[in-house]
Amino acid sequence: MIVMDEDDCMVSVAKFYLEFTVGESCGKCTPCRIGNKRMLEILTRITEGKGTMDDIEHLKSLAATIKDTALCGLGQTSPNPVLSTIDNFYDEYVEHVKKHTCRAKQCKALLTYTVNPEKCKGCGACARNCPADAIMGDVRKPHVINPFKCIRCGMCQSRCRFDAIHVF
Amino acid sequence: MTKEIKLACNVIEQVEAICDKHGNKPGELINILHEAQSLHGYLPEEMQRIIARKLNIPASKVYGVVTFYSFFTMTPKGKHPISVCLGTACYVRGSERLLDEIKRTLNIEVGETTPDGKFSLDCLRCVGACGLAPVVTIGEKVYGRLQPKDISKILEEVSD
Amino acid sequence: MEVPQGTTLLEAGELVGIEIPTLCHIDLKGTCVKNKPASCRLCVVEVEGRRNLAPACATNCTPDMVVHTNSARVIRARKTVAELILSDHPNDCLTCPKCSDCELQRLVMRLNIRQMPYNDGEKSERKNEVTAAITRNMEKCIYCRRCESVCNNVQSVGVLGAIRRGFDTTIAPTFDRMFKDTDCTYCGQCVAVCPVGALTERDYTDQLMADITNPDKIVIAQPAPAVRFGLGEEFGLKPGTIVTGKLATALRDLGFDYVFDTDFGADLTIMEEGAEILDRLKKFLAGDKSVKLPIMTSCCPAWVNFYEHNYPDLLDYPSSAKSPAQMFGAIAKTYWAEKMGIPREKLVVVSIMPCLAKKYECTREEFKVDGNPDVDYSITTRELARLIKRANINFANLPESNFDSPLGESTGAAAIFGVTGGVMEAALRTVYEVYTGKTLPRINFDEVRGFDGIREATIDLNGFELKVCVAHTLSNARIIMDKLRAGELDYHVVEVMACPSGCIGGAGQPYHHGNIEVLKARCEALYAEDEGKPIRKSHENPDIKKLYKEFLGEPLSEKSHHLLHTHYFDKSIK
Repeated sequence: MIVMDEDDCMVSVAKFYLEFTVGESCGKCTPCRIGNKRMLEILTRITEGKGTMDDIEHLKSLAATIKDTALCGLGQTSPNPVLSTIDNFYDEYVEHVKKHTCRAKQCKALLTYTVNPEKCKGCGACARNCPADAIMGDVRKPHVINPFKCIRCGMCQSRCRFDAIHVF
Repeated sequence: MTKEIKLACNVIEQVEAICDKHGNKPGELINILHEAQSLHGYLPEEMQRIIARKLNIPASKVYGVVTFYSFFTMTPKGKHPISVCLGTACYVRGSERLLDEIKRTLNIEVGETTPDGKFSLDCLRCVGACGLAPVVTIGEKVYGRLQPKDISKILEEVSD
Repeated sequence: MEVPQGTTLLEAGELVGIEIPTLCHIDLKGTCVKNKPASCRLCVVEVEGRRNLAPACATNCTPDMVVHTNSARVIRARKTVAELILSDHPNDCLTCPKCSDCELQRLVMRLNIRQMPYNDGEKSERKNEVTAAITRNMEKCIYCRRCESVCNNVQSVGVLGAIRRGFDTTIAPTFDRMFKDTDCTYCGQCVAVCPVGALTERDYTDQLMADITNPDKIVIAQPAPAVRFGLGEEFGLKPGTIVTGKLATALRDLGFDYVFDTDFGADLTIMEEGAEILDRLKKFLAGDKSVKLPIMTSCCPAWVNFYEHNYPDLLDYPSSAKSPAQMFGAIAKTYWAEKMGIPREKLVVVSIMPCLAKKYECTREEFKVDGNPDVDYSITTRELARLIKRANINFANLPESNFDSPLGESTGAAAIFGVTGGVMEAALRTVYEVYTGKTLPRINFDEVRGFDGIREATIDLNGFELKVCVAHTLSNARIIMDKLRAGELDYHVVEVMACPSGCIGGAGQPYHHGNIEVLKARCEALYAEDEGKPIRKSHENPDIKKLYKEFLGEPLSEKSHHLLHTHYFDKSIK
């Protein structure tokens, strides 16, 4: 049992555990070597808003087979985070797939960073620290984030002293 | 792969001595590799061949073990090896962002070394300092409760 | 059902006619060719009372066990595992050299897989390589690790091994180099056991057809002894069918200008090697301490590579005699070419071999005259079968014919070169008669026959006890060579063949797919061919006698040395 709050995305957490098992898989048996990799790829797709409902079904079926056929304890337990998050937080998966949103605001690809013009003082701290040069604006005037350039690193938000950067 | 540099005679002798100390037993391979790496910093091909010969096992076996365990390396590590903890606690407290920041600052990927040989970057799973999450270690030193903006500061601090 | 203790579920299934699918598993019973990693997970079955599915290959039967080999859960798991394998496979079956002979393909057909749901993922990165003998297409590798088992446990060559981990795992030669930079002997046993098309032979069939259709070239065929005991299998004939006569006809139909026989070269090898054995024995008995004993056979090119790489300090023990195929090439491009008035560069000598190392042997510099090789290239039994199929030849219904003269005449002694112990027996037939001056009371030397890894025998030569030893597989050769190096070897003559069971189990033969009965049937056919030959001793081959009379003089003559003997090189990796 692991306790987390609403700031954690269950799909991302499942993905995080899969990254671990993919990294730790010795590679000997087929289900763990290839199956975990495929599950991780599907989870990555879902966290990037590119997943489908079929993907969720494939996850379930892969997880069942890997659990049933893997050679050692690592492989036999590696699907557990996927299975338990699908069991208990199915709606979060569906949200990622259908609405392309992450309620915990953890899945970077699904986030939109914007500047609240009412709070922005135009100090320029965000623009100076933006690694992607995605923020523009004149001094003492509200700044704007170019969503095509934004890499969603969160740097602007961490540098803003006026709480003017909002994430959706 | 780095360009092969011939090992110095004394290094060869020391590696052979490590093998002898372990009775040249194939079962001791991992221990021998551990000691050889701490002696030389990394495990170049020539060193693996020497160990294979001493233990009377194929060099392919030694190479298989070296490439299997992430601890072993065939490229020289940086003067200050950086490890970012990606254990559960550090992960949920944002260690992935620290990692991204280090990669961006040093312009290297995980497993690589900066061209000046100062820093190398690796990940690990839990250093047992979850209370300080997220944690980065540089050399023997542990940095806790870091945020991405702290990275450039601690890198400068170390490289002085 | 009741089974002996220690029986696996897989074996129990076979006993009651349930064929549980496998992929990584191979067990060539009675030989050391084994791979039982239980890693592909395709043989999983449901055992009542067990939480997860059990691999049938690695689960022993226990009392009152209830097993379902065909439940919905089992089928679903097998299908998903197979789909996962396909998701990291090129699936270019139509043009794959292993098409229709691939164990993965057969399995996918059996599981009735119609979709590949996981195929949009990443494919693992693998290196490919084409050597003179072996082609590696590692993106086809399914990681069964059979090749690794064979290279390490059967051959003790230790070149192939698993590297890296997880999804990036692959099988690679030492330090992920190319075969040519390693101790690879090109024995090809990795190819012989590869269930898919990851390891196959280098294909020379197109080059051969280009030469055959070139009016300026005269193309000669020389098929090895073992080919005629395996080729039929490629055309649905049952293992052990002797197809010597059909083979000669098929080669002629393919357009070879002359159809000769490596068996002729085998008889010639016995003349030279036999003389060398007698020479060394004579010196030994005369008290010469410098004479190198045991003398070792040198017909097997993988074995030659093995000692050049691993025993450079012992290179003067093996006989200097070339292999039968190379002797044949040297004679064809001198004696016969002169006789026929054909210039060397017009001649293309092609050997048809059960072997992959023979392909490499052809490329050796010392077997070339001014860059022109004695044997131009070598194709395998399998490649020949492919050529025959492509040429629309109905092999099973072909009439029989004889080989051309004079390089097509051979004895029973040459026929048995194709099995472990055969070269020894052939040599003993000649050495005995030449040494003792007596006719053999019985031609068969049963004491050197069989499939045991190392066999010893003592032969009475007029009171002198000749101690001989026969070994097959290179791990057994290593045992012998290590003893020799340690000064603990007490034999006069040693025969080594790299492939399990000898050339009939060579890497160029039709795939045995782990069935030892196939090799046994080939072996029986080979001894039957020997029994049926009117002449069964190499020194009685009339065309060989004629060759010595007209051209070579006598065994070990200066001319023989020049054409039929070679020397070895230190090829150890420093």
